[in-house]
Amino acid sequence: MNSALIAPLAAVGEVGENFFHKRTGETLPCQAHPNHLFCWDWATENIHRYGTPTLQQFELTVISVLIGFALAFVLALLAHRFHLLQWPLLAGTGILFAIPSIAFFMLLLPITGRGRETAIIALSAYTLQIIYRNVMQGLANVPESAKQAARGMGLTDRQILWKVELPLAIPEIVGGLRIATVSTVAIATLAVLAHAGGLGTQIYSEANLTFPTAIIIAGAIAMAMALAFDAVFLTVQRLATPWRRVEAEAEGA
Amino acid sequence: MNLLAALPHPVFAGFTGAFEFIFSKQESSVTGGKKVGGFEQVLELAWTQIYVSLLALALALVIAVPIGLYFGHRGAGELLAVGIGNAGRAVPELALIALIAAIIGVGIPVLTLALAVLGIPPILTNTFVGVRQADRSAVTAARGVGMTEFEILRKVELPMAVPGIMTGVRGSTVNIVATATIAPLVGVATLGEFILGENVYGTNGVLAGAICTAILALLFEFALAGLQRQLTSKGLRLQAQ
Repeated sequence: MNSALIAPLAAVGEVGENFFHKRTGETLPCQAHPNHLFCWDWATENIHRYGTPTLQQFELTVISVLIGFALAFVLALLAHRFHLLQWPLLAGTGILFAIPSIAFFMLLLPITGRGRETAIIALSAYTLQIIYRNVMQGLANVPESAKQAARGMGLTDRQILWKVELPLAIPEIVGGLRIATVSTVAIATLAVLAHAGGLGTQIYSEANLTFPTAIIIAGAIAMAMALAFDAVFLTVQRLATPWRRVEAEAEGA
Repeated sequence: MNLLAALPHPVFAGFTGAFEFIFSKQESSVTGGKKVGGFEQVLELAWTQIYVSLLALALALVIAVPIGLYFGHRGAGELLAVGIGNAGRAVPELALIALIAAIIGVGIPVLTLALAVLGIPPILTNTFVGVRQADRSAVTAARGVGMTEFEILRKVELPMAVPGIMTGVRGSTVNIVATATIAPLVGVATLGEFILGENVYGTNGVLAGAICTAILALLFEFALAGLQRQLTSKGLRLQAQ
């Protein structure tokens, strides 16, 4: 193997050395040519390995974002109604956001052990701040005139919220979901450390850590999934806010 | 520690071992009798993590802020600036770090570069947006009183973009500190050493690593939130109230 790899790893101490031996324990067909960045033969033969992890990654993301959205949305509505809650909720979700996901997984070990629940709890906690912030921003951006017009037409506070404020806040809300989902797809790769499966299983294994082809495939699938989510949310945003298109056309005319 | 052990719930009992690991050295089954853990090792690993994170952050700032300011001032390249931010979020950190270890090699310089790459997109995008959202009438007024373009950028647009830049810096930092946790994969021993080395440090070590990493990340977050308040100009703060 690459001797440049051995020296610095050994310098780290027992753990580094241990790591290294674990990483080269298994031999794969393409390791005969360690200089190859990407081995197509291996890729075509082994692509089926990625099916289940891809599905797991997708599930982890969707479930986590759904839970995160439900919680953050309710919190935002509460903060919108009771202004005193705004600062504590912003700070609280900010703390959950700042804690690295890996640390979060492990902090949950004594409570939920390893597994899917652990990963989902940590990932949804991470999305709270992003979604909460965007919903609040969206509600804050609603023009005062629109609310006054609604009040003038005799709408109650609740009707104003659901029929005027929230629809007008859709661009920011979907924007928050977009950011949350794309980031979660990327971070869900770490779920392997919580023994929750996902594409990380194809990266963080004894054989794959020194095998670029396997890492590139897993990384590329994760990025493609993130960008696909991004495109879906962009489309939703456009479909859900028809008045924006009308405005744009009116400006263009 | 005894206080924690006295608590009846088993969850707290799970954490006591971790706190013992942080404050006193313990036997490890793997290292041949050599003791692991303890406050000294925790500090050493934490310091490495702080050091590489700050280095990467500085590198990201030096690259991203001027580019963001320049394009923001010119009002050009919006698609690129925003696109970089979006694409940056989609990069799976584990894949990036593992790939770099597999094809480039290991060590602090490589790690710093990788972390800086992760840190650039949020700062660049937020700097750009911050400058674009600066009050245009203030810019026109500055031009009217005869400021050069560089003066406008430095004295008007930059101060107004500071909240945006700091938002980007905070986002980057969260990402950089989190990714620095898996630095043992590129041969740099950060607090992630405890988390990833369960066979050496045991469950207590893993949990201890997680506790210390979380505390470290929160310290960064609080420091930057404070810095953001300090750096925001008085005028902008008054406006916000």
